[in-house]
Amino acid sequence: MSTQASRSAARLMISPSVILLFLWMAVPLGMTIWFSFQRYNLLMPGQGGFVGWDNYYYFLTDPAFFTALINTLVLVGGVLLITVFGGILLALLLDQPIFGQGIVRVLVIAPFFVMPTVSALVWKNMLYNPVNGIFAYLAKAIGLQPYDFLAHAPMLSITIIVAWQWLPFATLILLTALQSLDSEQLEAAEMDGAGALSRFFYIMLPHLARAATVVILIQTIFLLSTFAEILVTTNGGPGNASTTLTYLVYVQSLLQFDVGGGAAGGVVAVILANIVAIFLMRMIGKNLEA
Amino acid sequence: MGQITLKGVRKAFGDVEVIPPLDLEINDGEFVVFVGPSGCGKSTLLRLIAGLEDVSGGEIEINGQPSAELPPAKRGLAMVFQSYALYPHMSVRKNIAFPLKMAKLDQAAAKEKVDNAARILNLTDYLDRRPGQLSGGQRQRVAIGRAIVREPAAFLFDEPLSNLDAALRVNMRLEISELHQKLKTTMVYVTHDQVEAMTMADKIVVLQAGRIEQVGSPLELYRTPRNKFVAGFIGSPKMNFIEGDEAAKYGADSIGIRPEHIEVSTTEGAWKGTVGVSEHLGSDTFLHVDTEYGLINVRGGGEIGLHSGDTVYLTPDLSQLHKFDAQGQAI
Ligand SMILES: Nc1ncnc2c1ncn2[C@@H]1O[C@H](COP(=O)(O)OP(=O)(O)O)[C@@H](O)[C@H]1O
Ligand SMILES: [Mg+2]
Repeated sequence: MSTQASRSAARLMISPSVILLFLWMAVPLGMTIWFSFQRYNLLMPGQGGFVGWDNYYYFLTDPAFFTALINTLVLVGGVLLITVFGGILLALLLDQPIFGQGIVRVLVIAPFFVMPTVSALVWKNMLYNPVNGIFAYLAKAIGLQPYDFLAHAPMLSITIIVAWQWLPFATLILLTALQSLDSEQLEAAEMDGAGALSRFFYIMLPHLARAATVVILIQTIFLLSTFAEILVTTNGGPGNASTTLTYLVYVQSLLQFDVGGGAAGGVVAVILANIVAIFLMRMIGKNLEA
Repeated sequence: MGQITLKGVRKAFGDVEVIPPLDLEINDGEFVVFVGPSGCGKSTLLRLIAGLEDVSGGEIEINGQPSAELPPAKRGLAMVFQSYALYPHMSVRKNIAFPLKMAKLDQAAAKEKVDNAARILNLTDYLDRRPGQLSGGQRQRVAIGRAIVREPAAFLFDEPLSNLDAALRVNMRLEISELHQKLKTTMVYVTHDQVEAMTMADKIVVLQAGRIEQVGSPLELYRTPRNKFVAGFIGSPKMNFIEGDEAAKYGADSIGIRPEHIEVSTTEGAWKGTVGVSEHLGSDTFLHVDTEYGLINVRGGGEIGLHSGDTVYLTPDLSQLHKFDAQGQAI
């Protein structure tokens, strides 16, 4: 890949896929930006036209916007917290030589293969339900009032559902990282007088930093667009207590039929996602180097 | 103080007995080398001493104390691993200081010890680098530095030089020997390379399939190998073995003669042969001679002037002839 000719050939060869990918991304983004400056309400046909920054103004000053912003951060932050810490603990457990290790590992991975709508329904009807749910049953068994999770703690409940789905992913990545740790390093540390805790904090945890970074970056991308779990369980409610940015865009365009406003919300969401991405790369991106 | 005594030490992994019961005495201040072919249980033996593996039977005493209940860190032994096992995310300084930190030594004292070790090992300029930014030899030195600062009763080395290139290996060999002379601490050193064993050891322990074949000083092993295995393993190029009638003449099942104890002549001698390959090293010449007793290696002077296809006569130095019985034991 060094001569002039081979380099131009290479460029020519990869150009179709690059162009395709570019169109794939650029066309929807361009259309979203275009719509975000239009008056485009499905309930008022024929009243189109350019409205400048109005859509943005109404979206950003909507009181639901701030709530949605906070909810999004709570959801993403909460799930990351649970999956990274839970993932490390599970990975440590699964790394032990236990009986039936293979089966246990498959079981741990299982939630990842359940589609979001299904897992949300299972949680909603079989676990959280205040009348028929298992949690309600357990509460009654020990003489407590059943707690209506989705009504009284909607964000926490959704965070738990999403975390349950993503825990296997985090565990899997962290487990592979843990297994790639040179056992001689641990033995050296043991001879150097490090107890189990010191070995974990000084040797294992730094070794896991890179894998944890990958987990955080990948999960953040997917968590920002969490939608099915909210739609299935709470519909963003009660009120807008569990409305995230993604869900707010949906409400705007498909429940209020305001496509222009929804597009503006979409652009805002893209910008915020990029800000989060930049922050993340600043904070933990250096773990990926070298 | 680094006296290590192994009494009937045995190790089995499941049903496989890797080390049959074995006794060994390692004296304070000695440089002991375990040598043997790959897979003969050298590392396992070292790890038993270190406490990284539990013995299946027998007892290891360190300075007269039974060590069965002692975890690795409490045995006062420091180990240098084949892969170096440096902590990749810590600087060289932190790597070397790690055992001191674990021992909760105060910072000033720790810094002094680290600086001291770095000076001994020529690492002062590299203290702030990460292991990944060092060459193989430097990493090796960091691993040794991490061992030195603990001021252990004995050092354990597991093939520490096998990841280095040939020139560096000779250098590090010398440095470790010098370190031993400076510190006068017991060192137990594992290698599969008999040259390392011969050049460094006060006492060599030759192992085969977990069994001790012979213990002795390098020259003892060279001059009076107890059996055919030791005779063939110690010395380079390897000893020549001849069996059959020629051996029977000397009243043995097989005889062995080292390449350097054979006289070469173009006119007369005991065994006639044809030179196959000749390796001219300048100082020495190694001749591979085809005889009716098989291939015989001969070490001649640098000026010998013999080449492939030449007819030569070989005469063994009878005072240096080794005789073995049918079981391979020296007679
Ligand atoms: N943890 C283990 N489990 C089972 N067998 C082992 C284990 N460690 C070593 N062995 C076996 O013990 C023998 C000796 O190994 P080792 O001490 O590493 O040899 P060396 O260091 O002399 O090359 C080998 O046959 C190896 O397969
Ligand atoms: Mg080994």
